[in-house]
Amino acid sequence: MPKVTVDGQEIEVPAGATVLQACELAGKEIPRFCYHERLSIAGNCRMCLVEVKPGPPKPQASCALPAAEGQEIRTDSPMVKKAREGVMEFLLINHPLDCPICDQGGECDLQDQAVAYGRGGSRYHENKRAVTEKYMGPLIKTIMTRCIHCTRCVRFSEEIAGVDEIGALYRGEDMQITTYLEQAAAHELSANVIDLCPVGALTSRPYAFEARPWELKKTLSIDVSDAVGANITLHSKGREVMRALPRVNDDVNEEWLSDKGRYQVDGLTKRRLDRVWVRREGKLQPAEWTEAFGMIASALEGDKSSIAAVAGDLLDAETMFAAKALVNACGSRLTEARQTGMTYDVSNLAAVNFNSTFAGIETADAILIVGSNVRWEAALLNVRLRKAVKAGAKVYIIGPEWDPTYPATFLGSDLKLLNRIPKELGDVMKSAQRPAVIVGAAALAKGALPAALKLVDKFGLVKDDWNGFNVLHISAARMASLMLGFTLPGGMGDIAAAAPKVLLSLGADEMDYAPYAGSLKVYIGHHGDKGAHHADIILPGASYAEKDGTYVNAEGRVQFAEKAVFAPGDAREDWTILRALADALGVTVGFDSFSELQAKMIAAVPALGEEGLADYGALPKADSGAKFEGELAGYPVKDFYLTNPIARASEVMQRCSDELLHGADVKEAAE
Amino acid sequence: MADRTPAPDTPELRARWGGFAWTPENKTTADWHIAKYPEGRQRSAVMPLLDLAQRQVGAETDTQGWLPLPVIEYVAKYLGMPVIRVLEVASFYFMYNLKPVGKFHVQVCGTTPCMLRGSDDIMAACKKRGMVKGGVSADGLWTLTEVECMGNCATAPMVQINDDNYEDLTPERLGAVLDALERGETPKAGTQEPGRHTSEPAGGPTTLKDMVSANHDYRGEW
Repeated sequence: MPKVTVDGQEIEVPAGATVLQACELAGKEIPRFCYHERLSIAGNCRMCLVEVKPGPPKPQASCALPAAEGQEIRTDSPMVKKAREGVMEFLLINHPLDCPICDQGGECDLQDQAVAYGRGGSRYHENKRAVTEKYMGPLIKTIMTRCIHCTRCVRFSEEIAGVDEIGALYRGEDMQITTYLEQAAAHELSANVIDLCPVGALTSRPYAFEARPWELKKTLSIDVSDAVGANITLHSKGREVMRALPRVNDDVNEEWLSDKGRYQVDGLTKRRLDRVWVRREGKLQPAEWTEAFGMIASALEGDKSSIAAVAGDLLDAETMFAAKALVNACGSRLTEARQTGMTYDVSNLAAVNFNSTFAGIETADAILIVGSNVRWEAALLNVRLRKAVKAGAKVYIIGPEWDPTYPATFLGSDLKLLNRIPKELGDVMKSAQRPAVIVGAAALAKGALPAALKLVDKFGLVKDDWNGFNVLHISAARMASLMLGFTLPGGMGDIAAAAPKVLLSLGADEMDYAPYAGSLKVYIGHHGDKGAHHADIILPGASYAEKDGTYVNAEGRVQFAEKAVFAPGDAREDWTILRALADALGVTVGFDSFSELQAKMIAAVPALGEEGLADYGALPKADSGAKFEGELAGYPVKDFYLTNPIARASEVMQRCSDELLHGADVKEAAE
Repeated sequence: MADRTPAPDTPELRARWGGFAWTPENKTTADWHIAKYPEGRQRSAVMPLLDLAQRQVGAETDTQGWLPLPVIEYVAKYLGMPVIRVLEVASFYFMYNLKPVGKFHVQVCGTTPCMLRGSDDIMAACKKRGMVKGGVSADGLWTLTEVECMGNCATAPMVQINDDNYEDLTPERLGAVLDALERGETPKAGTQEPGRHTSEPAGGPTTLKDMVSANHDYRGEW
């Protein structure tokens, strides 16, 4: 642990720290453009110059200089001030003075640092360089004249995303950042380069010229587009969510966000259900709340208990608890959240949890993925797996092939081969210090969970400080629904068998409605998607941006999201609809306000009241008779950009799907 | 600076170069270059391979050679690296031609020492023979490029034509070199000054004169 002096203040820094990190530890701000904590060190912007003794009598780039014992670092000397002014002047030579029409204005590193560390005025009167715009796809808008060549975007796509597609062509003054032949940047994390870009060279195309950062209300929220539960901030103006940006949370999403989580928000204003509809003579027609409630009450006349509730993938825990309370109050137990019909055993939640945690999986040294296209099902988890592989982990995948962006061995898609483990896989897993198995939704659907639990003993997945058994869900609501007991042993089959008179569909858009032809189907949700098409009554609800709520991600992390905007039109927060419905049905659910509902929920499931990882106890004993069976024909996510009703309503996601996935398919077919 | 953008990606370009593959000799050479680097580091061989590919294109088209995009993609695939990384290298170094060139690529140095010694006249002489900067001359023989210092300042002015340097030029001497090339001959590379061998001082040695004919021990003299 070297001791260094920063501006006269002596501090001890961790071994391997750079001078820049030492200065930060001492509380000094060091301006920088190319340096980024999560990327490799480039040292090409020169903005982080400081004075270091011993050493040559000139300013040194602190980001690339290791902190060493006895260094005397000055960040406030005249030399440093002059050096920063000089670097800033050079950076601004070719940077256009178009801040008033630049979307980065107000959140621009160059703008801020020019004010803080630059000279007052310009001495440059010659012509500036101009660079043609580069096409980078439907999400990234480029104004390359503004680029200062920090290469953060190049390093991100190479190191984090693992898709080498952005590069710096030509050299010197002519250097240009581009993709090969200006193809669209086509991976699930591409839009993170917009956040990384310290200037306005890469900006958000859907958000272009929409708002200034200081006009936006920022609300802390949780991304519901997958089960990672990425921490986001919703930026809203008036009643509209303008954009979603990631928040830093090293345990969950680091500081990245998948393109879907970032850009599905424009779907929040499209295809919305903003009034009550009821089906009369086969056609949905506008109606009043009382009329709809009356229809539901009369359908349940005589036998209140003939009611069932199915939860969708985007729901918060409170809505599910309220629905369960209502259904139970009616005397029914028919609640199910696994809308696609999965029936795995949920008596022990540790068996269906991502036990290694997302941050922990980085330290695994042998990983077996059974039936999961991690890149599409949890793009941010794939980033972690990539890190693990970089640190030396070996990855084996069972299932149809996909491009993992890191070296991995595909063992085929027949689950039977796990009954007799291939020798190579067995040797690697058994000799690993921290082996991990990830069971994906495709394998769960094949009923592979009991057999997968046998791998715990076989591979020694559980060690003193390590639990390597992981199930990766793809629905943001899944873990919360399991914790609330929103399930039936036979899954959706039990509900279909009971043939309830009233089926409450809480935003369930992926379920099969065919078995419920005789039921009154009540859809409580926010988008006119598949569920609404089948519904007899539509009660407009609120999306994740329009209600407070608790979410539990795939690793069992309880997180709280806040309401950013109001739901449009007549739409109400879901719990209020369920509360009003309870009155209409003449039953008591025991809460009159959101805080009462929440308190009741926490009383029922205390873990939901504490933000952080829930404790599910030890893994269950495996059933020794269980066998892997079946062929993994495909993965549940067929189109990364269109997995939920919000994304399907989003023009941006639609365009991404057409251009990046469909367009690519056409090209492959032509080859 | 010359235009360094790659030749446009047209169907004709794909049709002409899409089927590019090493000749058997070049494949041996390419693998020999790759074998110089440790396993997993084969992308270190990108520069010699691009040069080799350019020479093969040159042999096929009877020019100095250039790098069409399909050929760059072939090299990327051969080394198992992303094509953007190969294009970065190809667009960075001047020795890789990204557009078609003539049989002889005349690169005239225009940096200060050469300029002071008359590179403007050399350039004018080249243009007089029908060469155009950055393009191929009408007869398909010449491509003219102005380049920065080639490190032959002691024998300025100079031009580089394909793999050889021609130094101590005057418009007449350059004319003789170009005439010889045009006739298919191989003119003497290096200095064109009669009596000069390499880059020794023009009027005989100016220092260490006692060492010209035999070894001389200067140690006692300072």
